[in-house]
Amino acid sequence: MKWNSETIVRQVLTVIAFSSIAGLLLIALFILKEGLPFILKIGPQAFLLNSNWDPANGHYGIYPMIVASIWITLGAMLVGAPLGVAGAIFLNEFVPKPAMRVIKPTLELLAGIPSVVFGFIGVMVLAPLIRAYLGGPGLSLLAGALILGIMILPTVISISTDAIAAVPASYREGALALGATRWQAVHMVILKAARSGILASIILAMGRAVGETMAVIMVAGNAVKIPHGPLDSVRTLTANIALEMGYATGLHRQALFATGVVLFIFIMILNSLAGLVLRKKVRRS
Amino acid sequence: MRIAPKYTQRIAIALLGGATLLTLLVLLFIILFVLEKGLPAVTWQFLSQAPRDMGRSGGIFPVIVGTFLLPLLAIAIALPLGVGTAVYLTEYTRETRLTRVIRFGTDCLAGIPSIIFGLFGFIFFVVILGFGWSLLSGGLTLALMILPTIIRTTEEAIRAVPNTFREVSFSLGATRWETVLHVVLPNALPGIATGIMLSLGRSIGETAAVIFTAGSALRMPTSVYDSVRTMAVHFYLLAREGISNENAYGTAAVLILAVLGVNLTAYWIMNRFVGRHT
Repeated sequence: MKWNSETIVRQVLTVIAFSSIAGLLLIALFILKEGLPFILKIGPQAFLLNSNWDPANGHYGIYPMIVASIWITLGAMLVGAPLGVAGAIFLNEFVPKPAMRVIKPTLELLAGIPSVVFGFIGVMVLAPLIRAYLGGPGLSLLAGALILGIMILPTVISISTDAIAAVPASYREGALALGATRWQAVHMVILKAARSGILASIILAMGRAVGETMAVIMVAGNAVKIPHGPLDSVRTLTANIALEMGYATGLHRQALFATGVVLFIFIMILNSLAGLVLRKKVRRS
Repeated sequence: MRIAPKYTQRIAIALLGGATLLTLLVLLFIILFVLEKGLPAVTWQFLSQAPRDMGRSGGIFPVIVGTFLLPLLAIAIALPLGVGTAVYLTEYTRETRLTRVIRFGTDCLAGIPSIIFGLFGFIFFVVILGFGWSLLSGGLTLALMILPTIIRTTEEAIRAVPNTFREVSFSLGATRWETVLHVVLPNALPGIATGIMLSLGRSIGETAAVIFTAGSALRMPTSVYDSVRTMAVHFYLLAREGISNENAYGTAAVLILAVLGVNLTAYWIMNRFVGRHT
């Protein structure tokens, strides 16, 4: 009797496990199934390297969107990575533990601010400032990069903090015992030991920035053209999907799935990079 | 000329501290800005009445209901699947190539942008399966989105249960399932609860995956086939279409408070109950 129920449970759990995996696989396969034939049909070159996006007349070039996504992500990293890593170092090494207990949860709570709220702040506060002081339409690559840079700060800080906290205390003590100042211990010893974790946090944050949709739709302006400067209005890959999904049919819809495939590949590359960086660290230690 | 280490340390601390302060100030500014602009609009009427005139006036009651119904449905779907999968992976299989592949797959899916889930949910649930813009389509889409998080956090919680607990249970003659049910899961419960709260927080603030699957109807839902509008979607539409900035801020304030409340609860659970056995 007992033996029986045990076998049943095992079967049920196996089924559950494989259906979750199947569900998750389904998404990947579905996107590929809808998107890949389209890319093969019009040719990767015409899809990826052509700047003419005009679905009504059968032109499906997403080159401007790829360029925009890359620039906006790099811009966001330029803002978010140094600030985030600096924050993580400061919080770990130079802030007393009791204060840390308040600041760290606060930061992680801030990670929960919905992206539409960030987008709205971008529209109401940031874009008018850019328009007034730097010119251009305000809703621009610069606005998008700044807002995304702020959005990824909690991610960068939180993962980098973990990486720095994971450095054995003996490393720090060794450096201090040799007469190093705290700062020397930090930048000569601790940062070297935590390097891969910090790098991984930046790569994961990049993944988040590439995939962000709502905030970018609201602040980047959404014009389909190759940006010539940070004040130009741009449309990212994610924005392209979100803006046209509601009414796209036929080839147009397939083109959006194909855009999704490109996005998918970006994310896979970033995730594998992060995994690679972390694995290297494990092997070293 | 070399600067004495004492001074480089001072300069470094000043720069790092400045960067940290800037980060905290910017993030706090965002929250305070929204609350300051939004809270005056948040009255009892605003919370308890239905919206009128596309949300130009009236309250957001059905939207609040939608905001919580949708994630609850998603969790109701994802929780049994996620916990079952995690139990299977940790207690019923050995670490093999297959489990590594599964883990890599769930990790990859955890990083997929929500708009991809929205795209998939829209075509698959809304169009192909014919569920339409509905609570059901939105719930299923969100469920897939939070599934990797739930699997991951549950796995970690189960792994944190000391092996001695299992050994004692086995030595008392309990079967594997009895051990899982009476020893492992109760001890992993706080960790699982934290995962649920974090998923809830993420779902409440989610827009891209929801707007194309659950739709944006302002009526009160009466079945799972009815479209609902969440606060994040309501806020986005009010702000983007320029319908009413005042009500947009009000909605954003309630939304932020809801997300912060959920995340705080997650924190509280984590600090209060997790790690007692380690």
